[in-house]
Amino acid sequence: MSKSFGFLKKNDRTIDYDKNDRALFYYLMRVEPSAALCIACGACTATCSSGNFSSLDLHKIMLSIRRGEKVYIAKEITQCVLCGKCQLVCPKNVNTRGIIFQIMSFLQSSQL
Amino acid sequence: MNSDVLVIGGGIAGIEAATNLYLLGYSVTLVEQESELGGHVAQWNKLFPNYKNAHQIIQTLLQQLPGDITILRSTKIIHLSEKDRLFSVNLSNNSTITTKTILIATGYDLFDARLKEEYGYKIYDNVITSAELESLLRQNKPILTKQGKEPSRIGFVHCVGSRDRKINNLYCSKVCCVTAVKQAIEIRQKLPFCEAYCFYMDLRMYGLNFEELYNESQEKYGVTFIRGRLSEASETIDGKLILKVEDTLLGRPLKMTIDMLVLMVGMVPSKGTNFLIKELGLHINNGHFIASNDEHLRANHTNKHGIFVAGSASSPKTIDDTLADARSAAMAIHQFFKNSKL
Ligand SMILES: Cc1cc2nc3c(=O)[nH]c(=O)nc-3n(C[C@H](O)[C@H](O)[C@H](O)COP(=O)(O)OP(=O)(O)OC[C@H]3O[C@@H](n4cnc5c(N)ncnc54)[C@H](O)[C@@H]3O)c2cc1C
Ligand code: SF4
Ligand code: SF4
Ligand code: SF4
Repeated sequence: MSKSFGFLKKNDRTIDYDKNDRALFYYLMRVEPSAALCIACGACTATCSSGNFSSLDLHKIMLSIRRGEKVYIAKEITQCVLCGKCQLVCPKNVNTRGIIFQIMSFLQSSQL
Repeated sequence: MNSDVLVIGGGIAGIEAATNLYLLGYSVTLVEQESELGGHVAQWNKLFPNYKNAHQIIQTLLQQLPGDITILRSTKIIHLSEKDRLFSVNLSNNSTITTKTILIATGYDLFDARLKEEYGYKIYDNVITSAELESLLRQNKPILTKQGKEPSRIGFVHCVGSRDRKINNLYCSKVCCVTAVKQAIEIRQKLPFCEAYCFYMDLRMYGLNFEELYNESQEKYGVTFIRGRLSEASETIDGKLILKVEDTLLGRPLKMTIDMLVLMVGMVPSKGTNFLIKELGLHINNGHFIASNDEHLRANHTNKHGIFVAGSASSPKTIDDTLADARSAAMAIHQFFKNSKL
């Protein structure tokens, strides 16, 4: 029996740029380019009305857009109550609420 | 009164430029609105990145300042006009200076932290600015809360008034990250039982010895850096502050009660700089500071013939950058005189 060194192939945690679909990112670049200004500072997440009671984390969603992590976004975005508080604190003046609307409509029109 | 060069602003930029212009053989008048020369640096204590004494730097610069330079303290510019390539400048002491060139060294003002209302400056008891902390350190005063207690936790908020589209200041002020590191170390030295936290979006440790100071703050003084933008601060009944921040590196929300919050305020063009921009019709850059005619080749020239700029009046600068820029402005004016054979 060959000796195992404990190397395992764990694909589940990998952000796989070869498989991920960045269509949402390119869509937002077209319709709401302020999405690209996000520096993931987390101010939106810290102030989020919903995030205090749910797993909603807008700065992670913003990062996931670029990473093409569509499944995560689709799962999380439904928890947003569209209150717009995130937009008030954003130092980069990202149109967060507009982006969330666009994500929702994009996800509706594209099958996952 | 006549002079080759009128230097407006007696901060370190104005002093260093005036000295070098005199050494190059020009007659120089230096006008400062305050009663003392030195500008902001005269208010600082120990400087980043090597804890050099700010007072000594000013003293050395003043000692080098030649006695033949006309220095007008407590003097303001009232009006400027130009005729036949000569500037006529009316001063608050009712005199008029005629000069061939003007060097603007009117520097910056601190960002007014009240504009970021969510951080509670001048609303909550224990929110102060980096400049106010610096002044406590300079006077060697005890660091106490409004309630008279020694703080056991102090937070530093980076980028207050900089890199912020909400207030239309898109630029980085360049000195506040490393000032936060330096001040956090000083807090840990003065109050060994007080924890120090820095809340940052990006840490900009670009200068010589900046990274070393950052390492020292962690290794030797245990300063904790948290990557997250403070979204709001609220006050408890006993005057403490509760911070809400996302710890973005862990991806989890964070709550922290602290005794004192220090806002790392950025730089904006000074009132004097803005006055001259309007009065002389100068172009401004993206940061609303005085624009260079060409940022690479003619950094100290403005859009107006015979009018030059030095130091932080054109963009946020450290002391080293300001002094180098001032010497470069002196050379630019020297070239101007050689080329125009004035
Ligand atoms: C909190 C803080 C800490 C800092 N600590 C450091 C440090 O440790 N190390 C470092 O390298 N840098 C430090 N800096 C940066 C440093 O303060 C600047 O590099 C320096 O002050 C720039 O000098 P200046 O002459 O361009 O401008 P200023 O210092 O702003 O001087 C401008 C001068 O012009 C005068 N003036 C303005 N308008 C007029 C007018 N209309 N007529 C006449 N006079 C006028 C003003 O009164 C002032 O004297 C710090 C900055 C801040 C905000
Ligand atoms: S507050 Fe703005 S810049 Fe910061 S993470 Fe949220 S969207 Fe991005
Ligand atoms: S709009 Fe959505 S993401 Fe933004 S603060 Fe409200 S609930 Fe949170
Ligand atoms: S130096 Fe640091 S704190 Fe200051 S504006 Fe730049 S990034 Fe923000």
